[in-house]
Amino acid sequence: MKALAAHRRHPIMGLVLLLLALGVVGGVYGVATTAPSSADTALVGDQTQIEEGRRLYLEGCSSCHGLNAEGGSAGPTLIGVGAAAVHFQVATGRMPLAAPGAQAPVKDAIYTSEETLQMAAYIASLAPGPAIPTAEQIDYTDADIAEGGVLFRINCAQCHQAAGQGGALTQGKYAPSLMSATPQEIYEAMLTGPQNMPIFADTTLPTPDKQAIIAYVVDLQQAPSPGGLSLGRLGPVVEGLFLWTAVFAALIGAAVWIGMRAR
Amino acid sequence: MSSDLTPRSDGSPEATGAHGVVSGSGVNDRLARPDYAGPGALPLAAVDHTPRRSDLYPKAARRVERQITLMFLLSMLMAVLFIVGYVAIDVGTEIYIPVLGGVGFQNLVLGVTFGLGVFLIGAGAIQWAKKLMPDVEVVQDRHPLPSTPTEDAKAAEQYQRGKEESGFAAYRIMRRTLIGALALFPIPLVVLVRDMWTNDDPALAGQSPAEILSSTAWTGGLRIVTDGTFQPLRPADIPVGGLVSALPENIEEIQKEAHNLNERGKSAIILVRMDPEDIRAQQGEGWDYQGILAYSKICTHVGCPIALYEHRTHHLLCPCHQSTFDLADAGNVIFGPAARSMPQLPIGVDEEGFLVAASDFNQPVGPSFWERG
Repeated sequence: MKALAAHRRHPIMGLVLLLLALGVVGGVYGVATTAPSSADTALVGDQTQIEEGRRLYLEGCSSCHGLNAEGGSAGPTLIGVGAAAVHFQVATGRMPLAAPGAQAPVKDAIYTSEETLQMAAYIASLAPGPAIPTAEQIDYTDADIAEGGVLFRINCAQCHQAAGQGGALTQGKYAPSLMSATPQEIYEAMLTGPQNMPIFADTTLPTPDKQAIIAYVVDLQQAPSPGGLSLGRLGPVVEGLFLWTAVFAALIGAAVWIGMRAR
Repeated sequence: MSSDLTPRSDGSPEATGAHGVVSGSGVNDRLARPDYAGPGALPLAAVDHTPRRSDLYPKAARRVERQITLMFLLSMLMAVLFIVGYVAIDVGTEIYIPVLGGVGFQNLVLGVTFGLGVFLIGAGAIQWAKKLMPDVEVVQDRHPLPSTPTEDAKAAEQYQRGKEESGFAAYRIMRRTLIGALALFPIPLVVLVRDMWTNDDPALAGQSPAEILSSTAWTGGLRIVTDGTFQPLRPADIPVGGLVSALPENIEEIQKEAHNLNERGKSAIILVRMDPEDIRAQQGEGWDYQGILAYSKICTHVGCPIALYEHRTHHLLCPCHQSTFDLADAGNVIFGPAARSMPQLPIGVDEEGFLVAASDFNQPVGPSFWERG
C-alpha cells in the first residue's frame, strides 16, 4: 500500500484510473447484456434481423454450409435445423469451426448475442425448425431434481457420465462436460441434437421433463466438494488410481525413510 | 545417554567414551569386536560399522533430542488446533486452494491438524529409534528346515498308534459308510444352487434357466413406452436422429408381480430413427417402421446397458469394453469384444397409431450363456 500511495500523484495515474474505470464499466455492461432474454427471442423473425443475419451468414458460414445453407462436403445443410441449433452452435463458440476435426470444440463465442440471434432468425426463415426455447421453457425453479436425476440417468448419463462430467465416444468424438452448460444450452442441445448427440424431442421428452433434467444438471454444477480434489467426479476407478500412484508413492517414501541408515 | 550403550568396546581406553565411540585405525580393528552379550545375547555382525553423528558428538545427540521434542510439541499443538477448528469454523465455510479447488475450510483444518498430529508422533518415535537408541548390527542364524530323525520317528509312531486305537483300518464297513456320507452331504447344497434362477412370477414356473433367458416380456402387439415416464409413442414423436429408451407397457405390473427387476433388465430397448435410406441391412418388412429401429439395450458382451448412440454415424458404443455396434447394419459388431450383433426387436403400429412390438426378440438378449450354443 505504501508503494501505491507513493505513486498516486504520478502524472500517469490519471490515465490509469480512466482506463480502469472504462474497463469496469465496459465489463459490467458486457456481462449484463450477454445473457439472452426472452425479449431477444421474441425478435426472431423480424425482417431486418433476417437480412442482417443473411449478411453475417454469407460472410462467416457459407463457405462450408453453402450460399443458400444447402450444405456441402465441408458442412451439413442448415435448412430445417431451426433457430435453436444456430444459437447453440454459435453461442457456445462451436461454430464457426476453427479447424476440421472429430468434433467441434467449445471456445469463446465469436459473434455477439445480437448477431447470433440475427443468424438464427435467418436460418429459421428458410424452413421451420426448433425455435430458441423461451424463458418459461427453461425455467426450472419448480422442477423436481430427483425426477430429473432419474431421467438424466436414463437418457443422458450413458454419454455425459452420471455426474455430467462427459466422456469418450468413438474415433476421437466425445460427450462434453456439462459443468459450464447454461440451462438454455442444455435445452437447445436436447432439442436439436448437436454433433453426434441424438435428438430428445419435446414429443418424447416433454418440457417439464427437460426442466427436471436441467434442474438436476444445475444441482450437479453447484454441488460442493467439501473434501476438495474431486478428481473429475469420475468415481472409484480414478480414486483408486490416485491411491495407487500418489498415496502409495508417499507411503513408499516414508518406508524408505524409516529404513534408511541413520547418519 | 551413557557409555553403557557401547557394546563394541575393544578394551582400549578411548572406546569407553560416550555413545559407542569406537577407536582404532581401520576396518580390521572394528571387525575384531568381541561378541555382544547384551539383551537377547545375539552375536554382533562382522560388518563394517559407521557410528552415527549422535553417537560421536554429544552436541549432535542433544540437537536430535530437541528435534524430537519439537515434533511431539507440534503434535500437541495440532491436537489443540483440531479442537479449535472444530469449534470455531462454520461447517459451510468454503475456501479456494490451488490444485484442490473449492474446499470446505473446516474439513481441511480437521484433516490437516489430525493428520499432522498423528504423523508427528510417528515421525518423532522413528527418529528417536534411529538416532538415539542403541545402534548395533546383530546376527541371527537360520535354523535347518527339516525335522530331526527322532521327530520323524515320533510322528510316525503317533500316526500308527492313532490308526490302531481308532480301529479305522479294522472296521471296514464303518469306514466305507463314513466316506460315503462325507461324499453325499454337499449334494443338497448343490441342489439348492440349481434353483437360484426361480422367481416368483407364476408365468415362468417350470421353465429351465435357458428358456427364461431366451425370452423377454415382449409379445406381438405390446405397446412401447418411454423409460421413466411410461408414455406410449407414436412414430411421429421420434424425429430423425432421435433416441428413446423404452420398455414394454406392462413392465410395471410384471415388476410388481415378480418382485424383481429381471424382466425390466431383459426387455429394455432403445428406439432410434434414421433416414430409411441410411439403413444398409434391409431385413425386410416388419423390422423397422419408417426408419424407426428398436434394439435391445443390453450389450451382448457382458450385459452392460448401453444407449451411447451417435446419430450421425449410427454407432452404438458400449462404455464398459468399447464394443461398437452399427445400428444401420442390423446391429453388427464393428469393434470390440462383443461376439454377437445387437438383437433387434421387430416393430409396427397398432390401430390407434402407437408403436408396438411385432413379436418377441428372435434371439436371446444380453450376454451369451452355455445352452445358447
